[in-house]
Amino acid sequence: MDEVWMKELKQIFHPGRFLTDLPDLHSFSYDASFGNHLPQAVVQVKDVSEVIAVLKLANEYRVPVYPRGQGTSLSGGPLPVKGGIVMDLSRWREILEIDPDDLVAIVSPGVLTSDINKAAEKYGLMYPPDPSSSHVSTIGGNLAENSGGPRGLKYGVTKDYVLGLEVVTPEGDLIRTGGRTMKNVTGYDLTKLIVGSEGTLGVITEAILKLIPKPPATRTMMAVFDDLVTSGKAISKVLTSGILPAKIELMDQASIVAVELYRPIGLPVDAEAILLIELDGHEETLKKEMGETERIIREVGARETVVAQTREEADQLWLARKLVSPAIVKVKPTKVSEDATVPRSKIPEMIDRLKQIKEKYDIHLVVFGHAGDGNLHPNIICDQRDTEEMIRVEQAVGEIFTTAIDLGGTLSGEHGIGTMKAPFMEKELGPLGLEMMNRIKGAWDPNNILNPGKIFPEPGQDSLVLRNG
Amino acid sequence: MKDRQKKIHYEKTFDCVQCGYCLPACPTYESMKKETHSPRGRIHLIKQFAEGKVDIEALQEPIDKCLGCNACSTVCPTNVQYGKILEGAKQVLDEQKPKTKIQKVVEKLIFEQVFPSKAWMNTIGHASWFYQKSGLQTLGRMTGLTKAAPLHLEQFEQILPDLPSPVERMHRPKVVKTAGQRRAKVGFFTGCIMDSLFFGINAKTIDLLARAGADVVIPDGQTCCGALHAHSGKQGISKELAKKNIKAFEKAFEGEDVDYIVINAGGCGARLIEYGELFEDEPDWQERAEGFVARTKDISEVLVELDTLTFTKPVKEVVTYQSSCHMLNVQHVVEPPLRVLKSIPGIVYREMEGSERCCGSAGIYNILQFDESMKILDHKMDKVKMTGAHTLVTTNPGCLLQMKLGIKRECLEERMRAVHLVELLSEARPLGRPESEKDR
Repeated sequence: MDEVWMKELKQIFHPGRFLTDLPDLHSFSYDASFGNHLPQAVVQVKDVSEVIAVLKLANEYRVPVYPRGQGTSLSGGPLPVKGGIVMDLSRWREILEIDPDDLVAIVSPGVLTSDINKAAEKYGLMYPPDPSSSHVSTIGGNLAENSGGPRGLKYGVTKDYVLGLEVVTPEGDLIRTGGRTMKNVTGYDLTKLIVGSEGTLGVITEAILKLIPKPPATRTMMAVFDDLVTSGKAISKVLTSGILPAKIELMDQASIVAVELYRPIGLPVDAEAILLIELDGHEETLKKEMGETERIIREVGARETVVAQTREEADQLWLARKLVSPAIVKVKPTKVSEDATVPRSKIPEMIDRLKQIKEKYDIHLVVFGHAGDGNLHPNIICDQRDTEEMIRVEQAVGEIFTTAIDLGGTLSGEHGIGTMKAPFMEKELGPLGLEMMNRIKGAWDPNNILNPGKIFPEPGQDSLVLRNG
Repeated sequence: MKDRQKKIHYEKTFDCVQCGYCLPACPTYESMKKETHSPRGRIHLIKQFAEGKVDIEALQEPIDKCLGCNACSTVCPTNVQYGKILEGAKQVLDEQKPKTKIQKVVEKLIFEQVFPSKAWMNTIGHASWFYQKSGLQTLGRMTGLTKAAPLHLEQFEQILPDLPSPVERMHRPKVVKTAGQRRAKVGFFTGCIMDSLFFGINAKTIDLLARAGADVVIPDGQTCCGALHAHSGKQGISKELAKKNIKAFEKAFEGEDVDYIVINAGGCGARLIEYGELFEDEPDWQERAEGFVARTKDISEVLVELDTLTFTKPVKEVVTYQSSCHMLNVQHVVEPPLRVLKSIPGIVYREMEGSERCCGSAGIYNILQFDESMKILDHKMDKVKMTGAHTLVTTNPGCLLQMKLGIKRECLEERMRAVHLVELLSEARPLGRPESEKDR
């Protein structure tokens, strides 16, 4: 409490929302990725004037500020790696308005993503982005990280549903970007620049989101494959047949076996891959499209297909996918969840390369995820207490990143760069590409106070480190 | 450090991948509005403590303010054993935190003398009865004497049920045989709070079981289940109580086959079914505990399994249900209480939003953390009111008292009541169905 900025900061907040006790500081020192970093203070902001005041103060005293939603980031987005202030926006949930005439939702940053969709459903509308944490994560965090989810295949990701934003810049000025129209080409698209900027360019204080009509029905099928390459072919074949499923999720053999060991639900453990496919639309069309999908998949060479006839049967099929996470951590407790993404045509090759990486580094690696859009989730199961193993894991993850880039893909499909992937940025973007991003950062945040230590590699930071301290 | 890590279940903290899926399920995260009072935050602090990065003071408040409702374990995608981690932390806190002399004396009296003692619990029952009947209650209320009592006990004594006289208490038989055909033999676990403050509900439970075709034995020598001790960090006493109970039931059924050990309190049930995990270092006792656990079931489960009762008197009321956290999240008993409840003719059942969330009673949390508990209760009562129910059904004494308190705080006594499931079932005049009808 000896620093001047702390005293001034304390003046701004109700004591219940200005936290400096050690247990509180520890509680905001982590997210769902790796590493603990103690901030000096946590502020729980609840309106735009508070955000402006904090940023003006921080800019004046050059104190780092780390915006945070509910801390579900898998890439270190909210970690206060350089100390300073954690700005918790999760308590700010005041506004959640649906305007069914304009088909938009107006939301405060702390609103839970799934609550937006629930509110939209009352009007027969839908907010499609569905990260698996959507019942926990805030829309502010989703916007900052440009989160995706299984429905990304058909509906795209967070950035495809943002029309306008209210943003406080790192210097403490309030701006509005975009608006509430579907079309808008007035000047640079600052809205899209802010979305996915991982809280490094501004703090989002309100968002105008696009809603779409909710499809009246969904249907689910499961397809079992003896080999992985065939499942990849099946995906391409379905997607070029005029049918666009809402989700196509893949489970590899390691994840199938893990689920069966964890809770036997009758999955074929000798199969190399399972695809779960969800179609949505009108009941009549669905019936036809599901029949067609099943035919194509069988033709390509699936060994078995099951189409759910009821909601309960569909839930039963999705249960397999839901059980992957608890099942795989039974082996070892630490889960390194990656989201390197490749062009769809490269899925079989990527899976093959992942197999080689698994053997080369002798690691426990399972692959599942949003195969329909090339966003595989290779997960490495390890034990963070085992330093020797963690070094192998770090090397393997590094190789997964470079492999994805080699195949024309990207470091991250939906989790973000944060701290973990920063060392690999130049490899994907090239020195000039990264430099242009750096110039944008410099223009918005001249004193580098907003979420410093993210996206851009620190001097000498040339490889991934998952170990703490 | 090693000893601290073992006690606090340090190994188990690594099961938490900090995904945060527990946050929306946690009532104190909702009411206290910061990560420090979330399951993820608590586990993180416990881990930091086990690694020597924070001292014990950092744990005190977050652990004390945890309800222990275990809603987080039910939603956890990686099966973190939060209950175990929490108990470990409580034990370490209990052992290491300096306490005043008075605190020590009071705790010793309550945990080592009062709860485990049948005589004491009966005395509390008698004393409460005498207090009510003699008019002292009214006098106390009028003069505001009870308001001076510490820990807001005055709010609780106003909602205590009418208690039976000592004579009724003494005259409960040790065995109640079914009048119809015998379909099961059960032992009844009376519980300490249930038997002292809710003696009448215990009597109705025994009656229901007998009507359902069970011979009911009420073993001598049984004692408190030990839940409140375990949740207060007193693992040692809790284990001793477990042994006493196991012994008492073994003795009562020597050589005989017993189908069920029946409980009517969600909190006690949750403790009883965990007896098997208490004796990892004592294989003999572990085996005996597992035998005990295998038969232990909630009254609602037993009624569903026997499936022999017909309710003959319609209860024309709008009814809603508040589940017991320990029954839901530890025993994982979800359907049976609803199934028997809905089988009562005439009732209109309305589901309450968030009925699976803790009511803030949480053992003795509502006494120790009164303000936090009342915040949670007030929120719960908003949801209760939305159902428009006349009758609010619970399955645990703590919840029952808390819901009665909630009704009183909202001044709803005129048009709403809280009851134990067993009370409502008894009102609906249960009759055992003849064997032939059951088979049909």
